[in-house]
Amino acid sequence: MATSVRATSDGSPPSSRPAPSTSDQRGSRPPGWRTRLYRFDTKASPYAYVAPFFILFAAFGLFPLIYTGWLSLHQVELGSHAKWVGFDNYTGLWDNEFFWKALRNTFTLGVLSTVPQLLMALGLAHLLNYKLRGRGFFRVAVLAPYATSVAAATLVFIQMFNPDYGMINQLFGHLGFGHVDWESSKWPAQIAISTIVTWRWTGYNALIYLAAMQAVPADLYEAAALDGASRWRQFVNVTIPSIRPTILFTIIVSTIGATQLFGEPLMFGGGVGVTGGTDHQYQTLSLYMYDKGWNVGELGQASAVAWVMLLILLLIGAVNLLIARSNRRKLGA
Amino acid sequence: MRTSGRTRKAAVIAVAGLAACATLITGCSSDKKDDPKSTSSGSSSTEKITLHVGDFGSFGYDDKTGAALYAEYHKLHPNITIVEDAVSDGQQYWNSLKLHLTQNSGLDDIQAIEVGYIGLAIQPNLASKFVDFKTVAGFNADDWLPYKEKQATTSDGKVIGVGTDAGPTAICYNKDAFQKAGLPTDRDTLAANWNGDWQKFIDLGKQFAASKTAPKGMKFSDSGSGLFNAVLASQPTQYSDASGKLIYDTSAGVQTAWNIATEAVQEGLTAGYQQLDPANAWAAAFKTNKFATVTCPSWMVGLVATNSGDAGKGKWDVAAPPQVGNWGGSFLAVPKSGKHVKEATELAQWLTSAAQEIKVFQKFGNIPSSTKALDDPAVQNLVNPYFPDTPMGKIFATAAKNITPAPIGPWDGNVKDIITKNGILDMEKRGTSKDKAWSNAVKQIKDTVVE
Repeated sequence: MATSVRATSDGSPPSSRPAPSTSDQRGSRPPGWRTRLYRFDTKASPYAYVAPFFILFAAFGLFPLIYTGWLSLHQVELGSHAKWVGFDNYTGLWDNEFFWKALRNTFTLGVLSTVPQLLMALGLAHLLNYKLRGRGFFRVAVLAPYATSVAAATLVFIQMFNPDYGMINQLFGHLGFGHVDWESSKWPAQIAISTIVTWRWTGYNALIYLAAMQAVPADLYEAAALDGASRWRQFVNVTIPSIRPTILFTIIVSTIGATQLFGEPLMFGGGVGVTGGTDHQYQTLSLYMYDKGWNVGELGQASAVAWVMLLILLLIGAVNLLIARSNRRKLGA
Repeated sequence: MRTSGRTRKAAVIAVAGLAACATLITGCSSDKKDDPKSTSSGSSSTEKITLHVGDFGSFGYDDKTGAALYAEYHKLHPNITIVEDAVSDGQQYWNSLKLHLTQNSGLDDIQAIEVGYIGLAIQPNLASKFVDFKTVAGFNADDWLPYKEKQATTSDGKVIGVGTDAGPTAICYNKDAFQKAGLPTDRDTLAANWNGDWQKFIDLGKQFAASKTAPKGMKFSDSGSGLFNAVLASQPTQYSDASGKLIYDTSAGVQTAWNIATEAVQEGLTAGYQQLDPANAWAAAFKTNKFATVTCPSWMVGLVATNSGDAGKGKWDVAAPPQVGNWGGSFLAVPKSGKHVKEATELAQWLTSAAQEIKVFQKFGNIPSSTKALDDPAVQNLVNPYFPDTPMGKIFATAAKNITPAPIGPWDGNVKDIITKNGILDMEKRGTSKDKAWSNAVKQIKDTVVE
C-alpha cells in the first residue's frame, strides 16, 4: 500500500520542488495548489479511512478503559460525587474472600469449559477434514450452536439440567446413577455451566482448526504414509505441529472468553444468578463486578475488579506470547 | 486502486459530508434530549402542554388496558395531554431513573418509585431533586395509610412522593390439602387460631408435616424466604433504624423473622422455591402441588390463580395472616427540573386521590393506599371469581389498615436479598446450618454495604 501511494505521488506530473521556479515564470498558481492538494490527499486519506475505527475505539474502548481506571481509585456511588480513596479498592479486594472465590471459580470454570472444548474441536476438525458425504452440511451444522444466542442456549440447558424434571437427571435415573442437584452443588453446577459454554464454542473452534488443517501440504501426509505412519500418528506428528500457531490462537481467544464468562452463570442461577448461586459456588469475576456495580451501586469497587480482570488477561497474554516465541524458535531450529 | 483525482476528491468530500451529517444528527438528537420533553414552556392554564409520566410494569392508568385516567384528565383539562413512558422491568426502570436524576436530564414530569427503592430515593442526594409535597397545596399525608407517606418522608421531613397502591399481605392456602391433612379449612377459624403469633402458624405447619394423610410430596410452605419476608414485613423494627442506619444484626424484627423462617426450613416445612424466580420453577410448582401455603401480598393473588390454572379453581382460599405487613406498592414523585412542575404536581395528586385509586382498583385490582378509598364499598365488597366466597376486598383492606409502620433505609433491599437468597435459600438448597447461614449472610452484607 505504502509503495503504491508513493508511486502515484511521484508519478503526478510536476512535483512541488520544481514548482516554485515555474510558477515564478508563468504565475500558474493552480497547478501548484492542485499538487499540494494531491499530496495532502495521498498523505491524509489513509488516516481518514482508518479514522472511524480509531474514533470509535477511543470513544468506546480507550475512554471507558481510562475512566474505569480513574473510577477504581475512588469511592463512587451512582448519584453522588466521587471520593478519592487511592488504592483502597484494590487492597480491599486482596482481603476479600468473595473476590478470591470468584477468581477461583473463574479459573475452574475456565479449565472445565476450555480444555474439553478445544480437545473436542480438534477431534471434530480432524473428522471433518476427511472426504465425507455431505461435508458442507456437517461443516455448517457444527457452527449452528455458535449462532445461537447465549440466552436461548442457557434457557434450554436450564430445562435439561432441572433437578426435578430435567432430561439429564431422568437419563441418570435410567442409568442407575443417583439424583444430581445441578444447581445448588458446586461441581455439578460448574460442570453444567461449562457444558453450555462447550456446546456453544466447540463448533466455532473446530472450523478454525479445519481451516488450518486444510492449509497443511498434502505431501507431508503422503511422506508420512510412505513411512508407514498410521492415521493417528499422522494426526499427532503432522497435523498438530503444523497447526500449532492456530491452536495457540484458539487457546488465547478461549481463555479471554473464559475470563469474561458472564451470561451463562447469570442466567443459569436465575434469581440467585448475580451472586452465582446461594453460596457463590459459581460466581465468576464478571458476575462479581456486575454485582458490585449494578446490584450494590459501588462503581469504584466494580471498576477495580474490572481492572484486575484486565491485568489478569494481560498476564495470560504475556505467557501466551512467551510460549509462542519459544514455539517459533523451535520451528525455526 | 487506480482512481482519478476527481473521484477521489469527491469521495473525500462525501465522507466529510457524511461525518458532518452524523454530527448534525447526533447534535440534533442530543438537543432534543436536553430539551424538556414537554412541547412548550410557560404555564398559563390555556396553553397546550404535554405531561410525561414515567413508570414501570402496569400502574393501571393508561387508556387501553387501564382505567383510562389519562383520557379522563384530558377531558377535565383540555390543554393537557398525558403520555406514559412505561418500562416493563422495575429494576431496569430504577437504574435508568437513578442515572437520569444524577444527570438531571431525560426525566419525565412524573416519575413512579417502587417502595423497594423509596428508601434510596429519600436519601439527601436524590431527595433534593424532587418536589416536596409538604409545600404543595391540598396535600395531606393523613389521606393515606399512616405508614405509606412515612416511607416517602426524608429524615428532615420532606415528602417526595404521593402513594399509589399498597401491598398488604395475607396467607393463601390450599383448602384441599388442609382438609386431607385434617386441619381446619375455614379461613376465620384458621385466622383466629394463628392470630397474633407466627409461631402458631409454624406449629400448624408441623401438624401438616406430621399428618399421614397430607398429600404426598407436598410441603407446608412454598419458601423460607417468602415466610421471612412476610414475618419481617409485620415487624415494627426491620433492617434500619429511624435515621436509616442499618441495624439488621441487632433488630428484634429480623431476629424474629429469621428464627421463624429457619425453624420452618429446619423442620422441612418449606419447599425451597424462590417466589417469582425468572426460571418459573415456583410458578410451575403450583400445578404440581408442591406446597400448601403461600404468604401472599394482594398483588400475588392474581398469580396464585394464573399459576394454579383451572384445575386449582376453588381449591385456594385466603386468610388473614398472624400479623399484617406490607410488601410492595409505589409512589409518584415530581422531579423539580421539569418545565411544568405545577401541572405535574396537580396530576400526581389527582391520580392518587381516593376517587382515582378506586377506579384503578376496580379495573386492575391494585389495593389503594388512600384510607378513604379503602373504606369504599367498591373495595370492601370485592370478590375474585377464582376464590368463590372469599371476601378478598375486606381481608386486604383490613390488613392494609392494620399495618404498623417501620423505618426503612437505603440498604434494605440489598440486605433482604442477601439474607433470603444467600442465607435462607442456601439452607434450603444446600443444607447449610442455621448459624453458618447467618454468618455467611453477615459476611456478605459487610462486603456489600459501604456506610
